[in-house]
Amino acid sequence: MPDPAPVPRPWQTATVVATRPETARARTIRLALDGPSGHLAGQHYVVRLTAPDGYTASRSYSVASPPDDSNEIELTIERLEDGEVSTFLHDDLEVGDTIEVRGPIGGFFVWRADTPALLVGGGSGLVPLMAMLRLARGPARGDRSDLVRLVTSVRSPDDLLYAAELEGHEVTTVFTRQAPPDDRRGAGRIAAADLASALLPDATAFVCGSAGFADHVTGLLRNLEVPVERIRVERFGPSA
Amino acid sequence: MANFTRGFIGRGKATRDERLPPGQYDARDDWPVLNAEATPSIDTATWTFAIEGEVDQPRTWTWDEIHSLAASTYAGDIHCVTTWSKLGVTFSGVSVDTLLDLAPPSASATHVMAFSSTGYSTNLPLDDVRGGKAWVVWEYEGAPLPVAHGGPARLLVPHLYFWKSAKWVAGLRLMDHDEPGFWEQNGYHDRGDPWLEQRYQGD
Repeated sequence: MPDPAPVPRPWQTATVVATRPETARARTIRLALDGPSGHLAGQHYVVRLTAPDGYTASRSYSVASPPDDSNEIELTIERLEDGEVSTFLHDDLEVGDTIEVRGPIGGFFVWRADTPALLVGGGSGLVPLMAMLRLARGPARGDRSDLVRLVTSVRSPDDLLYAAELEGHEVTTVFTRQAPPDDRRGAGRIAAADLASALLPDATAFVCGSAGFADHVTGLLRNLEVPVERIRVERFGPSA
Repeated sequence: MANFTRGFIGRGKATRDERLPPGQYDARDDWPVLNAEATPSIDTATWTFAIEGEVDQPRTWTWDEIHSLAASTYAGDIHCVTTWSKLGVTFSGVSVDTLLDLAPPSASATHVMAFSSTGYSTNLPLDDVRGGKAWVVWEYEGAPLPVAHGGPARLLVPHLYFWKSAKWVAGLRLMDHDEPGFWEQNGYHDRGDPWLEQRYQGD
């Protein structure tokens, strides 16, 4: 059992201080909270929107920014065409606006930069893993990038979140549909070989993506003899 | 008081179903899969379900034995704390009442810990799993329960948030006190009533 996570704090009003596009379908919003977030890498916040008649809609979004002492967090939101919250956050939310948030939440899918970790993300499943990679690169805990390897899987270069930060030796990017011309691996579904070369001794695997992706990767990790108790999974989206 | 979001109208409300508790949306044909652990592979040849702890006589059922008990079906709604609900679904299996009739709780029992073969656990007041409120189910919409959704068998406590309906359930441990299960240790509510939005500890 992991260390118990702190009880999430009550709803608070957060102010949008910056936004930036990550890809054509993903946007990062930076929020100022009423105090330090205190989040761990891998945790999420719930965002709540309230209409004039009191109708509310809430969704959970992973924190992309690493733990630090600041009062600000970054959430990266994938735009889902039929998602009433994600479309609002993409199309209507502006710097200076306020939204309600609650968190940080989650005590199992967290990494404290103290043990070897293999991070495996599919699509926007990269978001909580990015908080872990950023934590590993410092400065909060010093440079712990020797402890972490990231394998991220996306359809094409246009879908890659945080591309500028995925150049390091600790990162492998797998393109499933369309690879860049200079990519020697070529396009194809993530395979055991992609994971084997990134699997540090005694690493705990953190797998985040769709249910189909998570099950596929879990199967690959089991074939690589990673014990079940060292595989932590966060799934999202509809099941296959 | 309500803290309105500039410009938010909420397009989901026009079609909002009154069966949806506050803060929930209708997942319709989707059934999101959420679990913290790797999906296990469980052989029904060795599957068992136990009732143990604060009981007069512990009992264990095999797959065949539990199927020989009176069948029971739930038709209604389910609600996940991550804000999706599924409306009008059907699960079949056996009522927990039937199991508790065969392994009666001691007078001291007040709570249960549902436990799974994966190590997952979740705590519930005893009164939330008896009186026609809880099932051990192995069919969804007339077909075997998919492993991703807890098959071969899961607990079903549909009046509470769905993390209480432990996937891959292996038994109930009767207790004379309450103690937190897996998600409850991680900040989630001990009871989890969706109509009261008891999502997190302190709600």
